[in-house]
Amino acid sequence: MKVKQIKLMQGNEACVEGALAAGMKFFGGYPITPSTEISEISALKLPRVGGKFIQMEDEIAGIAATIGASLTGLKSMTATSGPGFSLKQENIGYAMLAEIPCVIVDVQRGGPSTGMPTAPSQSDIMQAKWGTHGDHPVIALSPNSVSETFHLTIRAFNLAEKYRTPVFLMLDEVVAHMREKIEIPVASELEIFDRVRPEENDTKYMAYKVPANHLVPPMASFGDGFDFHVTGLMHDEFGFPSNDTDNAEKLMNRIMNKVNDNINDIVDYEESFIKDATTIVLAYGITARSAINAVKTARERGHKVGLFRPTTIWPSPEKQIKKLLKNVKKIIVAELNLGQYVLEIERIVAGQAEVFFLGKANGEIITPTEILTKIEEVI
Amino acid sequence: MPSQLVRDNLRTNKLPHIWCAGCSNGIAMRAISQAIENLGFDKKKVCIVSGIGCSSRTSGYMNYNTLHTTHGRAIAFATGVKLANPNLKVMVVTGDGDCSAIGGNHLIHAARRNIDITTIVFNNNIYGMTGGQFSPTTPMENYGTTAPYGNMEKPFDICNLAAAAGATYVARGTTYHVNPLVKLLEKAMIKKGFALVDVMSTCPTYYGRKNKKGTPAKMLKYFKDNTIDTKRVEKLSKEQLENKIIIGEFKNTDELEFTDKYLELIKGWEG
Ligand SMILES: Cc1ncc(C[n+]2csc(CCOP(=O)(O)OP(=O)(O)O)c2C)c(N)n1
Ligand code: SF4
Repeated sequence: MKVKQIKLMQGNEACVEGALAAGMKFFGGYPITPSTEISEISALKLPRVGGKFIQMEDEIAGIAATIGASLTGLKSMTATSGPGFSLKQENIGYAMLAEIPCVIVDVQRGGPSTGMPTAPSQSDIMQAKWGTHGDHPVIALSPNSVSETFHLTIRAFNLAEKYRTPVFLMLDEVVAHMREKIEIPVASELEIFDRVRPEENDTKYMAYKVPANHLVPPMASFGDGFDFHVTGLMHDEFGFPSNDTDNAEKLMNRIMNKVNDNINDIVDYEESFIKDATTIVLAYGITARSAINAVKTARERGHKVGLFRPTTIWPSPEKQIKKLLKNVKKIIVAELNLGQYVLEIERIVAGQAEVFFLGKANGEIITPTEILTKIEEVI
Repeated sequence: MPSQLVRDNLRTNKLPHIWCAGCSNGIAMRAISQAIENLGFDKKKVCIVSGIGCSSRTSGYMNYNTLHTTHGRAIAFATGVKLANPNLKVMVVTGDGDCSAIGGNHLIHAARRNIDITTIVFNNNIYGMTGGQFSPTTPMENYGTTAPYGNMEKPFDICNLAAAAGATYVARGTTYHVNPLVKLLEKAMIKKGFALVDVMSTCPTYYGRKNKKGTPAKMLKYFKDNTIDTKRVEKLSKEQLENKIIIGEFKNTDELEFTDKYLELIKGWEG
C-alpha cells in the first residue's frame, strides 16, 4: 500500500478524512457529543474541496438536508449520537424506502436519554437495526481503531452508493476520541464506488425499475433533465404512489433482498486464533480491542480461545458464525450494553453452542481483565 | 382535453387528483403552474418539495423535479437540495399544519438563514388529510375533530411568523383572488432569498362541514367578501379589520442570500 501521509489523529477526524476520500461533498448535521468533531472538521474542510456544510436546526433537519443533497447527486453524510440518532429515525426510514444513498455516523454514548454524553457505549446497536418503523434493509459497520474508521467510512459510502441505501457507521466514544497513528493511502490505492446513473439519453427512464444486470435502479439527480418523483409512500416503478398490494410486496421484497442477496459482498469480519478454538469471544468496536488482549493472555495460559470480530454488524455474519459451530462450543459475547447483539448471536447459534454474555452500561469500557476472567470462568 | 397550461406543467397521466370535489388545492396548484409559466423558468431546473398532507400531494402532479418528503420536513429537505445544487429553482408546497406545527422549526430557521426557497402554504385552517383536527391556524372557537368544544388556542399568523423570522418576501393570497395570487407567487419565485406565500385555501370536507361554512362556492365567496388588501389596512379602524383576512404583500426586502454566501466561500478556496 502506497502511503500518502502518516498522521496522529482521532477517530472522528479519520471519519471525515475517509468521507472526503470517498468523495463526500455534503454534510448536514447538528452538534452532539461525542460526534461534534465530525461536524466541525467537515465545516472546515468541505468548502475547500468545493463541498457544502450546513449546521441545521436539529437532527431531523440534518438527515433531511443530507437526503435532499444526495438527490442532487452529491455524496452526503450526517453524524450524531444517541439522542440525535433517535430523532433521525423517521427520515432514515424514508431514505431506505426511497432508496437514497447517504452515510449516517452514530458515535454511541452512554445510557438512554441524555445519559452520559462523554462516556462510551455500544447501546444503539439494536436502534440501528430496528430504530425506524416498518421492515427495512439495514447495513451497519463498526470499526475498532482510528485507521479502520478511515477505511470503514469509505466502505460505508461505497455500500450506500452501490445499494442505494443509507449506511450506518457505528462508532463508540472511545474509538471516536482516541488518537492513534494512521497511514493514509494515496488516492489511487482506494477503491471508490459511485452510484450508477441513468444513460443521458435514456428517454424511457423509470426511477424505480431495476434494469437487467443491475443491483438497483440507476439514480438520476435533480436538475439532470430527468423529471422524476421521489416519495416515502409505497411507489411503483415510476416512483409514483401506489396502494397496489402486489406492487407493495414486490417493492418490499426488492429493498430487503438487495441486501439479503448480497450478504457475501456486504458482510466483513476478522478472525483471530480461530483455527483450533473451542471457545470464542465475539466483540466489535472498542470492546474488541480489550477482547484481543484477553484472548492473547488466555492463549498464553493454554486456553483454546479465539476472537471473532464483525466489522459489519448488520446484516450479521450469520453464515460465518454457523461455520464456527463445528468446533466452537462456547461463545462469549462482550459488548458495551446490557444485552443487544447477544440476542442476534443466540438466534444464529440456536442452541448449537453455549452463549455467554458480558456487558456493561456504566460509562466505562470492558477491560481485558474482565474478559479474561469471563473466559476462565466459562471454560 | 386539459388546457395547454395543464399539459405543459402537470403530469396529466396522474390525474384525476386525490382531492375532494370542491377542494381548492387544485386552484392553488394551477396558480403555481401559471406563475412558473409566466416567468418562463426552465422546468428541468424547477424542484418542488412537499411534506405530508392533502396539500403536499401537489408535488406528485407537477411535472418538474419533485420530492414528496415526511410530515413537516419539506423545508429541511429543500434546504439540502438548494445548497447542494443552487442552480435549481427550489420551491416548497406545504400545508398549515405541515409548515407551522410539526415543521415550524424548519420554517423559522430557513427564514432566518434566508436561503433561496419559495415556500407556498396551502392554508385551509385545518388538518385535512387526517380528517379535520384543528391546526395552528384554526381560528379561536372554530371546531375541529380534536376541538369538539371549540378551539381554545390562539392561531398563528404565518405571514407575521415568517416575516419576523427573517423571510425577505412575504405575501398572502387566496384561492378566490387567482390573478393577484399568481402575481404574488411570481414575485415570491423571483425573490433571491426565503420567500413565503400564505395561500388561503378551502377544505369544505372538514373545516367547512365542522364550522358550517356552506358549499365550496360559498367558502370561496367568503374570501371575496372578507379580505382587505395590505394597501388599505392603514386606512381602516380596528373594528373594520376584525375577522378580516389581509391579503397582498407584507414584506419585500433584499438581503444577502445563504447559498450565494456559501458559493463565495468556496470560490475563495479555488485555484
Ligand atoms: C410524523 C407524522 N405525524 C403525523 C402524521 C399524520 N398527518 C398526516 S397529514 C397531517 C396533517 C396535515 O395537515 P396540513 O399540513 O394542514 O395539510 P392538509 O392535509 O390540510 O393539506 C398529519 C397530522 C404523519 N404523517 N407523520
Ligand atoms: S380533506 Fe379537505 S383539504 Fe383534503 S382534499 Fe378534501 S377538501 Fe381538500
